[in-house]
Amino acid sequence: MADVTITVDGKKITAPAGSLLIEVCKSAGIEIPAFCYYPGLSLQAACRMCVVRQEKVPKLQTACTTQIAEGQVFFTDTPEVIQARKATLQMLLGNHPLDCPVCDAGGECELQDMTFKYGAADSFYAEPKNHREEQKWSPVVYFDRPRCILCYRCVRTCSEGMDVFALAVENRGSSSTIVPNVPAKLTPDNLAHLDCEQCGMCIDVCPVGALTSGTYRYKTRPWEMNHVATVCTHCGDGCKTTLGVRSTADGSEIVRGDNRDKSGINSDFLCNKGRYAFDFANSSERITQPLVRQPNGELKAVSWEEALTCVGKKFAELRDTRGGKTIGVIGGNRLTNEEAYLLQKFARSVLHTNNIDHHRTADYVAFAQSLAGTTGRAASLRETLTAPAVLLVGGDPTNQSPATAWNLRSNVRLNGARLYIANTAEIKLRRQASAFLQVAEYGYGALAAFLAGDDSAANIAAPDSAALASFRDAIRSEESLLVLIGNDLRGAELKRLIDFGLTIPGTKFALLADYANSRGAADMGLLPDMLPGYTPIGPIDTQDPSSRIALEYRSPTTPGLDLLEIFEAAETGNLSAFYVVGSNPIARYAVDPATLKNTFVVVQEMFLTETAAIADVVLPAANLYEKSGSVTNSYGDLQQVKKAGDRAGVRSDFETIVRIADKMGADVRKLVPFGPVSNAGGTRADMGQTRGAQSGEADRHAVWLTANNLEPRLSPFDPSAILDEIQRLVPGYEILRLQLLSGNDQHLSPAAAPIRDNAGLVQISNRRDLVLPAGDTLFTSGSLGRYSAILNDLRQFRPRQSLIQIDVQTASD
Amino acid sequence: MPRLVSHPDEVIVLKRRFGQGAAKIDRYIELDGYAAVQKAIAQGAEAMPGWIIDTMKSSGLRGRGGAGFPTGMKWSFVPKTSAKPKYVLVNGDESEPGTCKDHLIFREDPHAVIEGAMIAGLAIGAKTGFIYLRGEYRTLLEIMERAVADAYAKGFLGKNIFGSGLDFDIITQTGAGAYEVGEESALMESLEGKRGVPRIRPPFPAVVGLYDGPTIINNAETIANVPHILLMGGEAYAALGTERNGGTRLFGISGHVERPGVYELPMGYSLRRAIYEVAGGVRGGKQLKAVVPGGASCPVLRADEIDIGLDFDQLAKAGSMLGSGGIVVLDETVSIVEFALRTIQFYQHESCGWCIPCREGTDWIKKTLTRVYEGGGAKKDIDTVQYIAENMMGRTFCPFGDAAAMPTLGFVKKFRKEFEDYIEGKKAGTALMPEERDLIGVGH
Amino acid sequence: MSTIANSIFSPELAARFDKLVTLYPVKRSALVPMLLYAQDEVGYVSEAVIQEVAQRLDLFDLDVRSVLSYYSMLRTKPAGKYNVQVCTNISCMLRGGYEILDHCKKKLGIENKQTTPDGQFSLEEVECIGDCCSAPAMQVNYEFHDELTPDKVDEILDQYAAGKILDSTQKDGK
Ligand SMILES: Cc1cc2nc3c(=O)[nH]c(=O)nc-3n(C[C@H](O)[C@H](O)[C@H](O)COP(=O)(O)O)c2cc1C
Ligand code: SF4
Ligand code: SF4
Ligand code: SF4
Ligand code: SF4
Ligand code: FES
Ligand code: FES
Repeated sequence: MADVTITVDGKKITAPAGSLLIEVCKSAGIEIPAFCYYPGLSLQAACRMCVVRQEKVPKLQTACTTQIAEGQVFFTDTPEVIQARKATLQMLLGNHPLDCPVCDAGGECELQDMTFKYGAADSFYAEPKNHREEQKWSPVVYFDRPRCILCYRCVRTCSEGMDVFALAVENRGSSSTIVPNVPAKLTPDNLAHLDCEQCGMCIDVCPVGALTSGTYRYKTRPWEMNHVATVCTHCGDGCKTTLGVRSTADGSEIVRGDNRDKSGINSDFLCNKGRYAFDFANSSERITQPLVRQPNGELKAVSWEEALTCVGKKFAELRDTRGGKTIGVIGGNRLTNEEAYLLQKFARSVLHTNNIDHHRTADYVAFAQSLAGTTGRAASLRETLTAPAVLLVGGDPTNQSPATAWNLRSNVRLNGARLYIANTAEIKLRRQASAFLQVAEYGYGALAAFLAGDDSAANIAAPDSAALASFRDAIRSEESLLVLIGNDLRGAELKRLIDFGLTIPGTKFALLADYANSRGAADMGLLPDMLPGYTPIGPIDTQDPSSRIALEYRSPTTPGLDLLEIFEAAETGNLSAFYVVGSNPIARYAVDPATLKNTFVVVQEMFLTETAAIADVVLPAANLYEKSGSVTNSYGDLQQVKKAGDRAGVRSDFETIVRIADKMGADVRKLVPFGPVSNAGGTRADMGQTRGAQSGEADRHAVWLTANNLEPRLSPFDPSAILDEIQRLVPGYEILRLQLLSGNDQHLSPAAAPIRDNAGLVQISNRRDLVLPAGDTLFTSGSLGRYSAILNDLRQFRPRQSLIQIDVQTASD
Repeated sequence: MPRLVSHPDEVIVLKRRFGQGAAKIDRYIELDGYAAVQKAIAQGAEAMPGWIIDTMKSSGLRGRGGAGFPTGMKWSFVPKTSAKPKYVLVNGDESEPGTCKDHLIFREDPHAVIEGAMIAGLAIGAKTGFIYLRGEYRTLLEIMERAVADAYAKGFLGKNIFGSGLDFDIITQTGAGAYEVGEESALMESLEGKRGVPRIRPPFPAVVGLYDGPTIINNAETIANVPHILLMGGEAYAALGTERNGGTRLFGISGHVERPGVYELPMGYSLRRAIYEVAGGVRGGKQLKAVVPGGASCPVLRADEIDIGLDFDQLAKAGSMLGSGGIVVLDETVSIVEFALRTIQFYQHESCGWCIPCREGTDWIKKTLTRVYEGGGAKKDIDTVQYIAENMMGRTFCPFGDAAAMPTLGFVKKFRKEFEDYIEGKKAGTALMPEERDLIGVGH
Repeated sequence: MSTIANSIFSPELAARFDKLVTLYPVKRSALVPMLLYAQDEVGYVSEAVIQEVAQRLDLFDLDVRSVLSYYSMLRTKPAGKYNVQVCTNISCMLRGGYEILDHCKKKLGIENKQTTPDGQFSLEEVECIGDCCSAPAMQVNYEFHDELTPDKVDEILDQYAAGKILDSTQKDGK
């Protein structure tokens, strides 16, 4: 739209014609109060708080619905306008409890702010206010009816934003109320319930304290919490979240998560897991002391010193006696990049083994290799919100990548994006799709071939060949495409799809994985045949820059065993030690524990999982909310993780790895190159100036020690030291440090070396199980999710109503 | 059922077929039925829409639903071409207290509504008309349904109407009890199966209406007038009324008069004569106290304000409205405090609740007036009521807020002394409400 | 999909609904009429009604609840066989509407929104029913009765009690 100029309060403002006055004013620094208006949701004009005076128009106009045109003149704070707003507030407050001192929203409440601003607190009513009991709609959503000002934000965010339609208005007039979708008379406890995705978006958008969060309510006041901006640990979307933390006797407790400042890649979204499922941290089942298996077979709590010494000694002994080749290492999908990097470096340079892998939830090796040699072809999560056309093949973002699903829905709704979906299942996002193609079972490879022009693949690809053909036509007619690929595609079929996509000029890609740092685990080289940055392992060539890492590590030059092979080795008695950091492969891969009875098993874990239960040594680990570092989401968006919670007795995996190395007699300075520049490999130690406040404690200590010419002993546990090395050595990780430390995300493309011998692909093609999508739903989160009481509780409130195809009419308004 | 009444001063246009069995299609045809639509079609496909709209414009007909918008002009706003189908929507929600004229039309002359809707459809190029009746009018809906079925049976509705090559279908619809649904955009929502909450305007229904298609919405009486106007000619119809207020209109006179009833009087007819001559004067020879001139939403007139002609402009000038033409007459025995309370009870009950000033304002006025009525009032309560009403005016999402605030302001401004006296214990009039009242509440 | 297996409605009403949903450009338009007609047959909008109507229109139950709770004629609890609805709005009030309401209460021995123990009558105070010029007025089910006096009310209610007046939903439109 062409720009027009309007005058607001005497100030000339230029903006595109048709923009909403309220937004135009906001960007010009003129604040207009609004209850019902919420950016991105449909317009209501219901609260009448945004009224302004427009020249030559008889009635006050609502700024939230006024589209600007050339030459209009507005006044936003005349006495008349102020009086109108004040009166509206007075009418509203007549029935509002004004119980701010005990209200969860107190201090963050838009009504409270307004009342203060317009001086409307004095009530002229003599009638008693309506009182009603607070209602528990689900373990996480509570409703306090008298506080509700009927702005309908919750109803809209649930219908338009979430596509769930679990909230509505019932009755009319002053009896109107927001209700959930299961009425009291249909529940055993005779209380109304919510059958929904439990995302809590409704709570987040509620301008007052009418909707409150079960995990947060009455626990604390906003100004008594620490607010820590970090990244959700659950799925591969890696939402930015701000955690509210309060201190407790044995550390601290996270009481809420939200993303109200909309600063992250996830715009204003968090799903139920991101918003509530941090309670596992405070689970009573948490391991808080190292455990060592006794001769009688029992695990006994011991001191850290004893446990570490035991592990260090045994690892060194087995390496030296039976060789690094007999040791297997499995890393996790929720470690930080620094930890994952450190773990593989430790394995390769200290344990002298390439037998390292992780539970791969998506085939990033094939993904990276398919994109080798291209630039700018990897998409950020942000692009799911802006791409004009999106092709989604496989996957079920609604369940597995909820932020992706939110963005896609928003993109379709707000920008009219075209969404093409090809799936073997009727996934929910098809409701937003301009075309949905039912793919035949195991048909993704054929689909990719067909898309690329191989018509003979048609009958394997999809049952409906006409639909298939028109689907291809629609996609080919797009000028640029964002291709989102579910993790059910891997190996050769993944490559085929990407190869096809690469023929369309502006196409970008993303492969959706399952956990907060699944992508980082692969990027950081938790792989038997790849060093960090998908650098293939092979003979060292001192002239070849891709040999740099191997040169520095002095690690074995032949690929190691992958996860499945490690277990095969155990079965044949060729695995002397098994080191698992933050993973539960025994349960994941249904491994018979007996396989490992002659193997020395060390597990770093939060809980006594199936894998921890068979360990010889269990080392209590901190979770992602209890440490600092960085993670990379499915899309390659790198974000900073900051320490929010704390639990006495546990240690970060980073620290534990370093301590084990130390106990093994390794040169810790080589492992974590911290210290003066003269030390290992030209580290740019920055003495803490650029590191966020979170690592402050360690840094201050280190700075003081260095200044006093003492050895900075705490420093090896500072992840930013290893980040220097990642930045220096790992292809694709040319990070903007300041960007990271100021809490902004940055997008990284995988930078695989061109495929030498198709090794990666062949390997996956033959061994599909190596990539094992977790298949989590909205209410599960791998092994971790089992220890979240709230997730277990919520599962009972998940949406049960079958998806209903609503009239296009309803869906669009 | 409203009984048929007559008076020599009446000028009969719309009532021409009343009381003559015109609900039967054959009888309707005998009485010139379906002649108007054929006359329109006879103009030829090219000329017809313009001819109809010009005739409507020249008739000076203004909407009979309340707002008095010139009908011909409304129709001319509909875009000639549209990607989405266009619709005609007949508003028979008639729920304004004091109004029962559409009731009579549906019962006595249902085919006039059908024929009028057809003509409106021809004028704007719509192929479908909806006739929406309030839920309480089930018996009338059945009459309408029968009439529609008869018209189909005769081939008047459906494909190729009267050989014009044009199609027109009519669908009848029932509401289920909601005054606000009479508001045109809430009416469309209700017809689309939703809560009767109004829509944001612009866009106006003439451009984006029912099912997003261009839609004209007219009151049933407005529509029923259309065939008559086409037959008699726009100018002839206009000449019956006053300047800018063409023709005649059905006035329902109720309350304290000797002969209440629905009378067809020319626009501009004297209010005094309507009360004292047409309706036989104040019941029992009592003194007149006040008149609500056009349904409950219109500010009250005092007894000394009735020398006024009944048209949209004269009443607007007097600070009231002609509204739906429901004249409610109050004699000296009425307590204005009580009457004001009963009026706001209605609005509080019927507010859709969408916007704050109306939802909360009607509730607080009702609560405050209830307390005053029950003897617990203070003088500042009158100011409070006035303050709330003044701050509802022009601030709400739809005109309902004004419709609730205007009469309230009328009562407290014109009868402030009576409110003050009441609060001091000097109650005027005889109470009509029983002492033990339970107020109607919505919700289940 | 419009036909429903195991409909809770009579075959006639089910057939009517099958047709109704095809009538409109968007089938949701049938919602309000369906609820009212279902109420006429079942006596009120029961849970079963809500569910079947939702199914017929491809709506969530919640949509149906939200809409039905807006309209004052729709009820979620049973009423008497004869639902007596007395208008007390302005025109009727001026001509004795409250007296009529009081008289009905006494005559039927019930209060507003109550039902007689035998389930024959229920009573409701209602807003203007569009019969103002023949006030005071009331409706029994859908039938209008007006120019009421207490005596006339007695007569009317007695006739209903004796089963003499058919309500017009069962009668041919005139
Ligand atoms: C609260 C409210 C209730 C209304 N009720 C009715 C009604 O019952 N019948 C009607 O014809 N118009 C009613 N109207 C007016 C309609 O919005 C609309 O103006 C009218 O139907 C247009 O038709 P007309 O131009 O023929 O009058 C109402 C308006 C408001 C604000
Ligand atoms: S928590 Fe439930 S009701 Fe609230 S927005 Fe999410 S899905 Fe909707
Ligand atoms: S619960 Fe909150 S968001 Fe929902 S309508 Fe009420 S005030 Fe608005
Ligand atoms: S979408 Fe994923 S990253 Fe975002 S909050 Fe949910 S689980 Fe966490
Ligand atoms: S003024 Fe507001 S609350 Fe009142 S009926 Fe209109 S939209 Fe509803
Ligand atoms: S913000 Fe504009 S009316 Fe609510
Ligand atoms: S006021 Fe009673 S019917 Fe209109």
